[in-house]
Amino acid sequence: MTDLSMSQATGQNRTGKIILRWVLYLALGLFALFYLMPLFVMITTSLKSLDEIRTGDLIALPRDVTFDAWRTAWSGACTGIQCEGVRPYFWNSILIAIPAVAISTLLGAMNGYVVAQWRFRGANIIFSLMLFGCFIPFQVVLLPMARTLGIIGIAGTIPGLIFVHVIYGLGFTTLFFRNYYVSIPSELTKAAKVDGAGFFRIFWSIFLPLSLPIIVVTVIWQFTQIWNDFLFGVSFSQAGTQPVTVALNNIVNSTTGVKEYNVDMAAAIIAALPTLFVYVVAGKYFIRGLTAGSVKG
Amino acid sequence: MSPILDINNLYKSYGTTEILKDINVSIEPGDFLVLVGPSGCGKSTLLNCIAGLEPISGGAISIGGKDMTHVSPKDRDIAMVFQSYALYPTMTVAKNITFGMKVRGVDQATQDKKLAQVAAQLQIEPLLNRRPGQLSGGQRQRVAMGRALVRDPKLFLFDEPLSNLDAKLRVEMRTEIKALHQNLGASMVYVTHDQIEAMTLATKIVVMKGGVIQQIGSPAEIYNRPANLFVADFMGSPAMNLIPAKAHRADEGTRIEITRKSGEPIVLTDTKNRDLPEDVILGVRPEDIADPDLRGSESTQAAECLIDIVEPAGADTFAVMQLGGKHVTARLHAETTAKPGQPKRLSFDLGKVSYFAPETGLRLN
Repeated sequence: MTDLSMSQATGQNRTGKIILRWVLYLALGLFALFYLMPLFVMITTSLKSLDEIRTGDLIALPRDVTFDAWRTAWSGACTGIQCEGVRPYFWNSILIAIPAVAISTLLGAMNGYVVAQWRFRGANIIFSLMLFGCFIPFQVVLLPMARTLGIIGIAGTIPGLIFVHVIYGLGFTTLFFRNYYVSIPSELTKAAKVDGAGFFRIFWSIFLPLSLPIIVVTVIWQFTQIWNDFLFGVSFSQAGTQPVTVALNNIVNSTTGVKEYNVDMAAAIIAALPTLFVYVVAGKYFIRGLTAGSVKG
Repeated sequence: MSPILDINNLYKSYGTTEILKDINVSIEPGDFLVLVGPSGCGKSTLLNCIAGLEPISGGAISIGGKDMTHVSPKDRDIAMVFQSYALYPTMTVAKNITFGMKVRGVDQATQDKKLAQVAAQLQIEPLLNRRPGQLSGGQRQRVAMGRALVRDPKLFLFDEPLSNLDAKLRVEMRTEIKALHQNLGASMVYVTHDQIEAMTLATKIVVMKGGVIQQIGSPAEIYNRPANLFVADFMGSPAMNLIPAKAHRADEGTRIEITRKSGEPIVLTDTKNRDLPEDVILGVRPEDIADPDLRGSESTQAAECLIDIVEPAGADTFAVMQLGGKHVTARLHAETTAKPGQPKRLSFDLGKVSYFAPETGLRLN
């Protein structure tokens, strides 16, 4: 008797659970659709000809798929007086982002290692100040930075932009690595000291090999920040050294005559591709790195 | 022979907090020194000071006859085993063991030879290509020891190396460390909070409390003649019975009177110790309160006691009673007739008794 009623109860329970699950999937599906809509419109528009855009529906699939807009965006669109597309600026962004990411990550790792494992008088104050640096608004540093770049003699150059991004990124990268290294038992450093290893040896041989998850997190974070940056790019560059974000803005804003929506869309997607690529390749490490706690030896 | 480790007037403070106060310890080559005390007594800090991992605020440390007070850890000719083992997680067992030699630029052939030697000694050959994460606690412990052994140092330092192991493995590893010490004849300093570990391993024990050394001596000295109430209470399991009593001079020696909740006080006569103040704390080990038939020496005297609790522990049975307002434990043999709630005749052996002053806690005899 009791068995029967219980199995009935669990049966009802199960049906309820299945319904709930489907409602959940439906809701999630709708949200995903909503989020993907702009990307869908961008991609389809970029594959249409201008005529089709003018006459057709915004969310309709392209009748004739054409890559002309992409070709123009990459190498023919005009940014002001030049008509070279986003290609040269895309390379500028790569030349800025890769060294800036590498340097800021390496320095952040070193800083984090010092603050977490080589406690010295005032370590906490220095770390707090670096943390404070994360929260200084971009606008505040514009003028002093422009002056500094001028004094050093790298204003308007790609090394200048690398310099700016490294400085601005250090607060974050130090924070990431510090929090990661703080969870590593200090006995590891002590053991290495007794073994005869010095400051850099311990860093290279013991701490860096442990750091893959947090390196991935930092690289994704820094790459996204630096690649997507517009304000520093527009403030500290000159013709020829502008990053792709600035070029994209110029393409979209400086077109005269007919607005080439398909070219704008293609250029925007090209500008966004690298960050998308980094997420797809390293995304699972990103989640893992963010949640990874202490390292059990 | 000159001492292998000599610590003179060592002080250590963090800001205004004194962690270690006037530490003086010295050990001979081949000694096994155990630093023991409750957590927070400064024993691990003292070990870190010996290793050079913590700077000291005053005093001097010399190792192997050389002043090492301001020498960095790598040049102190020491090896250290840590509580968490501190194995390098990304390196294999073999790399863990040879890392120190690699850093010091020892040639590959010597590295391989020493690695093979140590691996054979600790029976860890099958593990050499694994990473620490793939090892059990006991295996990690062995690797950590291997990393120390391969250095062949003047002084081994152990920081609570067994406290992360389960009870059975801990006893096994304890025996192994003891065997290692005997075979190598090496000098070792070992930190633990476990007084049994201290008793079984040490040739010399330092009992610490609140950054101050309470007593230094051989395990037997510490056990039989504790210098104060703290040491008496801390060392030994079950702990020494510390019973408030009155001492009166008598012709045959000293009469010791212990009050009881009900009935007559117990009166014992100590023929050896005289000149005790009136108020004393009597320290008697549980094994010195036993079944009357077992002991027959002249220092034993029998008294009837009311047993409250009987705790069989296999080899022995412990009986707990109330004497002088304290719980008192007696170590009886396994087949004892003691029953809870019933009186039993017990024999008190005053041959190894300790007396302490109630106010200062210091030993009187």
